Formats: sequence, C-alpha cells, structure tokens
Amino acid sequence: MKLRLIRRDSASRLAMFAAPVLALVLTCLASLVLFAALGKDAGAALHALLLKPFLSWYSFSEVLLKMAPLLLIAQGLAIGFRANVFNIGAEGQFIVGALCASALPVYFPDGDFPMMLPAMIAFGALGGMVYALIAAALRTRFGASEILVTLMMALIAVQILNYLLLGPWKDPRGFNFPQTVMFPDNAMLPILFDGTRTNISLIFALLASVFAYLMMQHHFRGYQLRTAGLAPRAALYAGFSAPKMVWLGLGLGGLAAGIAGASEVAGPLGQLQRSVTSGYGYAAIIVAYVGGLNPLGIIASSFLISVIYIGGDSATVSAGLPVAAVEVFQGLLLFFYLMTFTLIRYRIEFDRKVPA
Amino acid sequence: MSQPALLRLSKVSKRYGTVQANKEIDLEVHSGSIHAVLGENGAGKSTLMKLIYGVEQPDAGHIYWNGQEVHLARPSDAQVLGIGMVFQHFSLFETLSVVQNVSLMIPGKPAELAQQIADLGDQFGLSVDPHAMVHRLSVGERQRVEIIRCLLLNPKLLILDEPTSVLPPQSVRRLFETLRKLQADGMAILFISHKLDEIRELCDTASVLRGGEVTGRVDPREHDARSLAQLMIGREMPNVAHVAPRPPGEERLRLNALSHPRASRFGTTLEGIDLKLRSGEIVGIAGISGNGQQELAALISGETRAQEPGMIEIMGKKVGHLGPMARRKLGFAFVPEERLGRGAVPEMSLADNSLLTAHGRSMLSRGFIRRSVERAFTRECIETFDVRTPGPDAEAGAMSGGNLQKFILGREIMLNPDVMLVSQPTWGVDIGAATAIRRRLLDMRDQGCAILVISEEMDELFEICSKLHVLHKGHLSPALDAAETTPQEIGRYMIGAAT
Repeated sequence: MKLRLIRRDSASRLAMFAAPVLALVLTCLASLVLFAALGKDAGAALHALLLKPFLSWYSFSEVLLKMAPLLLIAQGLAIGFRANVFNIGAEGQFIVGALCASALPVYFPDGDFPMMLPAMIAFGALGGMVYALIAAALRTRFGASEILVTLMMALIAVQILNYLLLGPWKDPRGFNFPQTVMFPDNAMLPILFDGTRTNISLIFALLASVFAYLMMQHHFRGYQLRTAGLAPRAALYAGFSAPKMVWLGLGLGGLAAGIAGASEVAGPLGQLQRSVTSGYGYAAIIVAYVGGLNPLGIIASSFLISVIYIGGDSATVSAGLPVAAVEVFQGLLLFFYLMTFTLIRYRIEFDRKVPA
Repeated sequence: MSQPALLRLSKVSKRYGTVQANKEIDLEVHSGSIHAVLGENGAGKSTLMKLIYGVEQPDAGHIYWNGQEVHLARPSDAQVLGIGMVFQHFSLFETLSVVQNVSLMIPGKPAELAQQIADLGDQFGLSVDPHAMVHRLSVGERQRVEIIRCLLLNPKLLILDEPTSVLPPQSVRRLFETLRKLQADGMAILFISHKLDEIRELCDTASVLRGGEVTGRVDPREHDARSLAQLMIGREMPNVAHVAPRPPGEERLRLNALSHPRASRFGTTLEGIDLKLRSGEIVGIAGISGNGQQELAALISGETRAQEPGMIEIMGKKVGHLGPMARRKLGFAFVPEERLGRGAVPEMSLADNSLLTAHGRSMLSRGFIRRSVERAFTRECIETFDVRTPGPDAEAGAMSGGNLQKFILGREIMLNPDVMLVSQPTWGVDIGAATAIRRRLLDMRDQGCAILVISEEMDELFEICSKLHVLHKGHLSPALDAAETTPQEIGRYMIGAAT
C-alpha cells in the first residue's frame, strides 16, 4: 500500500480549522511521552506550556508584549519574501534600529529634546531601512546575494553594538556594565494597559498589518511584488522593474525591523543593552512562513509563537523542565503544524493496488 | 491476423485527480506496422504512451506483450521487453559528445559504441558523427542520436512522440525513410502526431483518441485529411475565411541592423537583422526554435534592451532602450511562446492575470486595484475569445494550453494594439483553438493592426502571412513574398542552404 498526496482543487475549509487543533493534539501526545520519559510531571508541564499564558492577565500581557516585535518584523519580511527577496538579516536591522533610536537619549539623557519619542522611532525606522538597503544596493549593482549580505550585516551590527556599549555609550555610572544610561521618561513608549509592560508598539504592529494587507492584497505595487515572486519571467514580460522590487522588499523589511528595534529599547528594556539581540529578527522569519506570508495569517502565527515562548519560560520555572525539552516542544508544535497545514491544500490518497 | 499482436492493451484506464486521462482504451500494435496515435492536445496521447513505457501505471485494464500479460512498473521494465521511446523533448547532455551521451544508457566500451553508432547510421540512414559534441548538432541530428540510442537496445517497438514537430521539411523526409527501413526490418512503430498529412503518408493504421477514449480505428491511407480531422475533433473542421488583405499602410515596426551578443553559451547571437512591418499586414518569421527566435522576441518586446535605441523603432519612435511597459504605451502588444510563467502567472486567477498587462485599462484607482473592472474585462475576454473555464476566478495554471493561449491572445487583442508580436501562436494548441487563433489574427490585420508572427509551423505561416522571413543561426533572410515562395525554398533557408 502506498500513501500519496494529491493536490486539492481548492483549499479545504474543514482542514483549515481542523489543522491547528490536530497539530495541538499531536504535539500534546508526543510531548506527554517525552516528558514522562524525562521523569517529569507531564500534566503539569503541559499546563505550564499551554495554559499558563492564558491563566493570568499578566502572563497574557507578556504574550502581547512579545507578539508586537515579532508581528511587526514578520509583516515587513513577508513583503520581501513574497517577491523572492530573502532578507534573513532582520536581526541586524533590528539592532541598528535600536542603536539609532538610542542615540537621542544617550546624548540628551535629561530628555531635553523636542519630540523625543517620535524622533527616536523615526531614527530607528530610518536606520533599519538604510541598513537593509545596503544589501539592496549590492544586489542590484553587483548581483550579490541578499541572503548572504543581510546575514553577514547582522553579524556586523552585533559588533557595532558591542563597540558602542563597551566604549563611547557606556553608562559612566553603570558599574562598568555594557549598557547605556536609563532612558528618560519622555523617551519611553506609553504603556497600553496599566500594570503590564505591553506598550503601544502593539498598535504599530497592528497598523503595519493593515498596511501590509492593503498593499499586498489590494494595491498594484503588492501585485507587482507577488508577480515577481511567483513568476519572475512574467514580471519581466509585463515590464515590472526587478531592481525596484528588491529596493522595496528590503527597504520595507528594514523599516519594520528598525521600528521594532526602537520600540524594544524605548519599551521593555528602557536602555540599550546587549540583550537587545534576543533573536526576534530570526524568529520573525519563522513567524512569516508559518503565517503563510499572508498578512492575516501572520497575525495568528505571531500570537501562536509568542504563546509558545511565554509558556516555555513558565514551564522551565514551574514544572522544572530543562530548556532543551521546552525547545523540543516548540519544535514539535511547529513540525505538526506545518504537517497538518499541508492537508489544507492536499488530501491523502491510499494506493490500494499492489504492484506486481 | 493470425499471430498475436506484439502489444495489446485491453480496457486500460488512467485518471489524474478529477481528470479521466485515458478511459477503457483498447489498442493493438503488430510487428512491421507503423501505427499512428492521432489526437488533439489533451486527448490523452501522452498519458497512453507513459503507460506503455512504464512511466505511469494504469488504474485498470491489462497490457499484453506477445500475448503475455505484463506489469510495467518503470521504464526499465519496458526496455527489457523491447520497448524504446523517443521523447518530444530530447534528453541529451549538450556538453557531452554523442558517444558519451549514448554510453550513459548503454553499457559498452566507447570505441565499440562509436562503431555501432556508425553502423546503425549506415543501415538506417541515421548518419551522425559519434564524436561530435551534442550542442553543435542540429535538431534533426539530435533526434537521430535519440533514435540510435533506442535502437542500440534492440527494441521490437519504437514509440515516437511528435517527432516531426521540431524538424524542417527536408529532415522530415529523411526521418520517414529511416522509419520505413525500420518497418521493413520488422519493427513496430507507434507514431504520435496531430499532423494529418504525415500520418496519411507514413502510417498503415491509425487509432484516434478524443477526450481520453478511442473514437476510431482507421487505415489513414483511405481517408482524406478532412475526415481524419473530423474524427479527431468530433465536429466539422472550422475554416479560416480568407479575405484578401488590403494594401498595407504606414510602417509601425522597424528593425535596423539589429545585432545582439548571445547571453550564454547556448544562446544565439543575432546579427544585422533588418525588418519592416506595416499596418494591415502579417509578416511571418519561420525557422526552427533555437536559431535566435527567443532572443529576437525578447528584444522586440523590451524584455532585453537593445544595444542602441535606433536598432528598434515602434510607431516611428526609437525604443531600443525602453522597457516593456513604455513600449506597450506606444501601442505594442506581445504574446510570448511560454504561456505559464511568462504570459500568465500560474498561481493567480485569470482576473489577476488580466492585470498583468491590461492594468492601464482603468483597472487602477490611485494604485488600488478595481476588482470590478478587472473582472468585467476578464469576463469579456472569456466570452469574446471562447475561453473554456469556470470563470474569472479559475487559476491560470489549471487551464489547458489552448485555452490559456486564447485567454492571453484575447487579453493582448483587447488592448487594441497598433503593433503586435505573436510568438509560436499555436504551439501545443489543438486544431479547433488553433484555427480560432489564426482567424483572430486575420481579423486584427483587417482592422489595420501590424502583426509579426514567429512560428515553427510552416503551414500556419503560409496560411496567414503575406511576407515571410527565415531566421537561421541568428541571421534573418530577406523578405519573401508568401504567394511566390514555396515550402522547399523556406526549408533551404531553414537549414542554411540558401542565404
């Protein structure tokens, strides 16, 4: 007997709703076995991983806090990915965005700069965009792969961050820790809900989602980007400029990552420190693809991945799970999700015929 | 016939998803016979051959070889029995020599193989230099290499899939002589084609396929082309109404000593191409694909920029430096030879594919797509050009080649172009759709459009063009008056015997 995947004529609605549920069930079954083999209380572990994020308002607000940068960066990246422009160095653009935004409070630590916060966000956006556009220039001028260039530029960004934190921007009263001064109040993003750390960067991310949706699904520019990605020769035939797609794809990706970087230092961190390199830029790639590169799908996927992160943190603390086990759980969930996701577009057929 | 058939198919069926590609097909092929499998594009010919050659397995039915039932799980099973196949698209490595290509499939020392290749060449008129590099060979020679490679396995049945579609007339003659020699040698040959005259000349039996079923078994020598066509498409052959063209008007496209270096080793360098195209005329460019057709089309459309603006003039303007969008604004339209991935985006709906080139037809408002206009345009195109599809939301990739071609041609015609370039208009398109497409082109001409057609199908060019050029190795022949020249003369240009 042979199993075969046959492409459906149109996407199955039933599978669309059943897929996430099935993925969750399969993940739970697999991890029950895994946690039991580790000698841990599997029930408590699953409780911490999946339910804790929803059980207290504070945990849930932490999910929203994590979701904001993931959503923002992923929306920007997906625009490029749709056009086959593979910016995988959003982490670098995120860091440069954080650096550029931090310059203002570092040089005006008393906050005596007009429009401090908007200026920081603008600096961050601009910095992230310009940093990404270096890769666009190299690609359109010399044909250098933007995959390699953006990735290497991310490594460079980390070293610039280290230099600034260990040298000129180090807080003189910071006991030699590699971090800047704490930002003044007017350099901080307003909190969205009292008593939590969730700030208005979530609004930025949702606005970016609306923008991405309108552009990619309803605007001619988005149509050109999609055409360039799906059928580059058709884009050439229609006369859509290929370099323009590269500039646009990388520019918007860098812009979004830059805003996210600025929001990180002006939000939960409150200063520029090494931990700003938290891997949001890389995680956002997964978020974009799990969301099917669709602006609405990405809203859902960024929420899902944030839940997994927050649940994972709590599981290591309360259920005593090793970090590696949490990572395996996260991997399993993604794995099963992608597997069941296939069923939306494909159906399984059993080949009963026995070959001679 | 007393002895059992060499190959017999009994009620063989195959379906892909919702498409019934073959339905209860019965077929008998005898040794020493050239058996035609005749059918339109999409009639199920290729699927049937894949079942016989073991590339695919039937869902139901039986295959008998010399009276014994066989199961062919893979092509090597078929080869062991003695079935050889020459595919429409050659599978040769261009960077290797003939012997090296052959030795990839046939065991043996290169020197011995070279001798065998030469011997077979002498015996069956398949002469080819065993040590020549494949990329230097002409299309006819490459096909001979493919046939020799099959013959080295001593097949009893040889399958040829549309073997003449890529050959100039002179090479077709040679191929037929070879096939007759093989037939006299006792070999069975399955000859797949939709060219009725060839089948009538060469084959002694014909099985006609339509919609996945065998609709007739005839001796093609006893039928005229018209009645064969009727069997094949199931209705009267549509006629192309010939209206005498009016004298052509003003010049709309001009190539001035257009030269362009090839982009890769396997491309073609174009040298000193001169051409004039006027309003109300159709000019044809004949020649075998791979002689610069793709390069020339991309230069005229703007997908490749010319080296100097003045090399190409559209509507009296120098456009060599302009891109496709700027040239379209001047009234230029283009139907490329690749429909999927170039003329249309397979994953997008037909409506979204209208947007590809027709976005200037008030489909945008401040850059936002006006879905209602887009859909109305698409619906009109579907109705006017008889595109068989569920509607504007159907994905382009799900359509048959002929229907998609009708859609793309319709879309470009609805742009009301002053100059149109159509590349291989009826490649892989069934007879009914091909006739409709040609009639559209003639209508366009009568309305004053200037049309340049690049095609491998010589009959087609003679049918609709008033002037013909031949493109051979990047050189364009002078213009020949279609009424005065002959296929033989065109053929001489195609193989470089005349310049």
